[in-house]
Amino acid sequence: MSGANDGPYGGRGVRDASIVNPRAGGELVTPERSGDATPAEGAPFLAGRGMTGGYGKGPDILHDCTISVNPGQIAVIVGPNGAGKSTAMKAIFGMLPLREGSVVLDGQDITALSPQDRVKAGMGFVPQTNNIFASMSVEENLEMGAFIRQDDIRPTMEQVYDLFPILREKRHQHAGELSGGQRQQVAVGRALMTKPKVLMLDEPTAGVSPIVMDELFDRIIEVSRTGIPILMVEQNARQALEIADRAYVLVQGANAHTGSGRELLADPEVRRSFLGG
Amino acid sequence: MNETLRNTLLFAGVAMMIVLTGVFQSWNSALVILNMGLVSAVMALGVNLQWGFAGLFNVGVMGFVALGGLATVLVSMPPVGEAWAAGGTRILAGLAIGAATITAAILAFGRMAPGRARVLVVLAILVIGFFVYRGVLDPGVEAVERTNAASTGYLGGLGLPVILSWPVGGLIAAGAAWIIGKTALGLRSDYLAIATLGIAEIVIAVLKNEDWLARGVKNVIGLPRPVPYEVDLQRSREFGDIVGGLGLDPVTASGLWVKANYGILFAIVLAIVFVLAQLALHSPWGRMMRAIRDNETAARAMGKDVTRRHLQVFVIGSAVCGLAGAMMTTLDGQLTPASYQPLRFTFLVWVMVIVGGSGSNLGAVLGGFLIWFLWVQVEPLGQLVMSALASPLPEGSALKAHLATSAAHIRLLTMGVVLLLVLRFSPRGLIPEK
Amino acid sequence: MEPINAIVALMNFVVIPATAYGAQLALGALGVTLVYGILRFSNFAHGDSMAFGAMATILFTWGLQALGISLGPIPTALLALPAGIIVTALFLLGTDRVVYRFYRRQKANPVILVIVSIGVMFIYNGVVRLIVGPGDQFFDDGARFIFTVRDFQAWTGLDEGFGLRTSQAITLITAVIVVAALFWFLNRTRTGKSMRAFSDNEDLALLSGINPERVVAVTWVIVAALATLAGVLYGLDKSFKPFTYFQLLLPIFAAAIVGGLGSPVGAIAGGFVIAFSEVTITYAWKRVLAYAMPDSLEPSNLVQLLSTDYKFAVSFMILVVVLLFRPTGLFKGKSV
Repeated sequence: MSGANDGPYGGRGVRDASIVNPRAGGELVTPERSGDATPAEGAPFLAGRGMTGGYGKGPDILHDCTISVNPGQIAVIVGPNGAGKSTAMKAIFGMLPLREGSVVLDGQDITALSPQDRVKAGMGFVPQTNNIFASMSVEENLEMGAFIRQDDIRPTMEQVYDLFPILREKRHQHAGELSGGQRQQVAVGRALMTKPKVLMLDEPTAGVSPIVMDELFDRIIEVSRTGIPILMVEQNARQALEIADRAYVLVQGANAHTGSGRELLADPEVRRSFLGG
Repeated sequence: MNETLRNTLLFAGVAMMIVLTGVFQSWNSALVILNMGLVSAVMALGVNLQWGFAGLFNVGVMGFVALGGLATVLVSMPPVGEAWAAGGTRILAGLAIGAATITAAILAFGRMAPGRARVLVVLAILVIGFFVYRGVLDPGVEAVERTNAASTGYLGGLGLPVILSWPVGGLIAAGAAWIIGKTALGLRSDYLAIATLGIAEIVIAVLKNEDWLARGVKNVIGLPRPVPYEVDLQRSREFGDIVGGLGLDPVTASGLWVKANYGILFAIVLAIVFVLAQLALHSPWGRMMRAIRDNETAARAMGKDVTRRHLQVFVIGSAVCGLAGAMMTTLDGQLTPASYQPLRFTFLVWVMVIVGGSGSNLGAVLGGFLIWFLWVQVEPLGQLVMSALASPLPEGSALKAHLATSAAHIRLLTMGVVLLLVLRFSPRGLIPEK
Repeated sequence: MEPINAIVALMNFVVIPATAYGAQLALGALGVTLVYGILRFSNFAHGDSMAFGAMATILFTWGLQALGISLGPIPTALLALPAGIIVTALFLLGTDRVVYRFYRRQKANPVILVIVSIGVMFIYNGVVRLIVGPGDQFFDDGARFIFTVRDFQAWTGLDEGFGLRTSQAITLITAVIVVAALFWFLNRTRTGKSMRAFSDNEDLALLSGINPERVVAVTWVIVAALATLAGVLYGLDKSFKPFTYFQLLLPIFAAAIVGGLGSPVGAIAGGFVIAFSEVTITYAWKRVLAYAMPDSLEPSNLVQLLSTDYKFAVSFMILVVVLLFRPTGLFKGKSV
């Protein structure tokens, strides 16, 4: 990761809009080539196992963290602020180099793959912020989501529109003009366009109102009913645990509690420390 | 290799190249390079203040340098009495009306409530003011430019010692910089680069067209000097004796002596500017500047007035460029507006700063000397290479003639290559900022 | 008072020249805005890219002329254009491969790319001067006028007339075709949409499987085509001189910024805004006003607001006014 103020010129000139596009470029580093996937037997459908690592040369943020999800399931990662929830998600997606551990998807060890190649391998990822093409229409957003596909994308688009009817209505509008909840639907829809084997959502309900949040959760359950396993990071622990088939509570980058959502909701310690009694 | 040794070697290398020029070409050329090297170093220090300290991207260096040049004319040339009598007052009145119009428009804009009325009032002030301004100014300009057009045709200057024009050049450049900075830095995200690019072109357009001011493209020649004239030296018995004692030809010696005098004056200015720049860099002010540059948000959160600081450093840096411009015009002894080219006076200075090391004053000085040396010497070197390339070609072939004439353009190519190589392999420059 | 003559004079001296100039600026500004949107920096080498493209086309034109090939009344340069564009595209792609790509891979701060583009500007400038020299080059052949002022006067019997130069007509026709093609490409094709997506949100574009190197390469090819066209059209309309192209950088940047950096529609609007302001403010209105006003009010002087040498000042003032009131430009600079 590199910030705008790194490098030999520090923060020089970055404020001058007549020379530098203030909408900074991305942070994803594109490696020259990524490694290959190797077969892995007997693992869950998607699993990050024993993941340990941190950003750059910094200290480890994740410590032997294990997360997995199987088809038809919704798995959620919850935990206090700074517990490394989003970092765990990024590690599974390949945006964080692992010192130890591996990531397995559908019987293949994909630890060596770049994020882009993981998308091709079947991961659908919805980042927490900047997760839509704001200046493009809803339909174009979906088209771009399916960029790597060479086949006919109309049926998938119809499925997405069936799942999120409001998007069909607004398909010619700029995605940036939509409400917060609608934007999240565009973001999820875009990720679904690749026909992913697994859908990963990083705090899909951040910054939306409680009503919209409930609706979003309903949609996510609907997506999961189509058979796609879903892994998501959630800030709203209680609601998330209610819909979770499998839940992970992370504390300081390590697994603290694991179980079904119902079990964790009933666990007095989890209740005391994370759910406010 | 430790840092001091490394820097000493770098400077010694550049000094050696200039000395070699003296040995193999002529001492006269060596001094010419040295003098412009000194001026370039001052310009580079000015740009380094803006870019190196504060991260401001000024691509209008040429404009400030030219304003410095204008200052030498305005300060040192004798006033032209007839021209003043013919239209001097009218011109002054016209300029005053112009300034009053703009002030009134700004005041009206500030005082009135937003709305259609404000737009109309401001527009009315500007339009009416513009026509009154032209109405008052134009006849005056015409009268002045008609007065003895072949030799003067302008108002002349104040007839003061030319050395005074150096600080005045700095002041004029500072004034222009304040106006630009106030406009371009006050916006939400700044647009300084394009603003400076534009203002530089405007300054040059004014110098070329406003003949009443400095004769436009007819040039002002024969500017007074701060050093003796060669002819006077050659006539002086005392000088002849000293030179004769050293076994030198008085004509050559007088030329060298005059150039050496310029060199000493310039070196004094460079030393003063350098010391001040170093002090500024290590002062709390300089530290704050760098803090703002590297994390503007944090600096703002700590209550620093970022825009004000930026304006300050922009004005100071531009003043240094103006000072250097006045020095350069004094050295040339003439003001020739057509010779101001952005590649030479804006972008070449940028090459000096980047190659020397952004944020390092010592680097700016080194870059000034080194790049100027290359700029001058690449051409004869290019000539050599070209004639070597062309030698197997038959005499009188079109390609041979073409190669011979194109050597002059090699210097642009070289500057680009040098800049790209430094950016690639040593992006922090030859003497990096600490 | 003869309003028709006034309108005709206005057409001849203001509307037609400004439209042609505006189209040339718009093509230039489109190139700047594409690089700004996708590579995220202002390309100082763009003026010299235009000079290079024009030069390449001129060389091919001379070759064709030497072979005796011509298009009759239409300038031979049009026939040489595709070859000029291809050479320029290869040249820009080569530059990207050798120079820019390194910094892109490093995710370098775009400011570095701006400074790099200054180095590239020096090199392009040197290359163009090395190849054709710094002087004026004449390459316009074919018919000079589609119809002249005299023709017009003869047809209409008016005192005033307006002529239409071949180069002006070609500029307008080409600009319309090129802009339509560009917009069709950006809004209707998969590659064009992927460029817009990349400009809008680079990370998400990568996650969608869009290959950044391909987007960048396509961008340079389009920029080369636009720069060559702008350069050749300007050269046909005025004259080709390397230094003039370098000077066009200011009005082109001004056009791109006035329109809103990163917005293609803005670049076109900005080009015309700048061109019309320059021409109207530096035009001597006496001739038009003489027809438009009653004899008693006929102006005695030239009624020229500013001398033509101040045309840069005009683009600059327009720029400042727009930025003061609409800091993001006329069309919010958002993305390609």
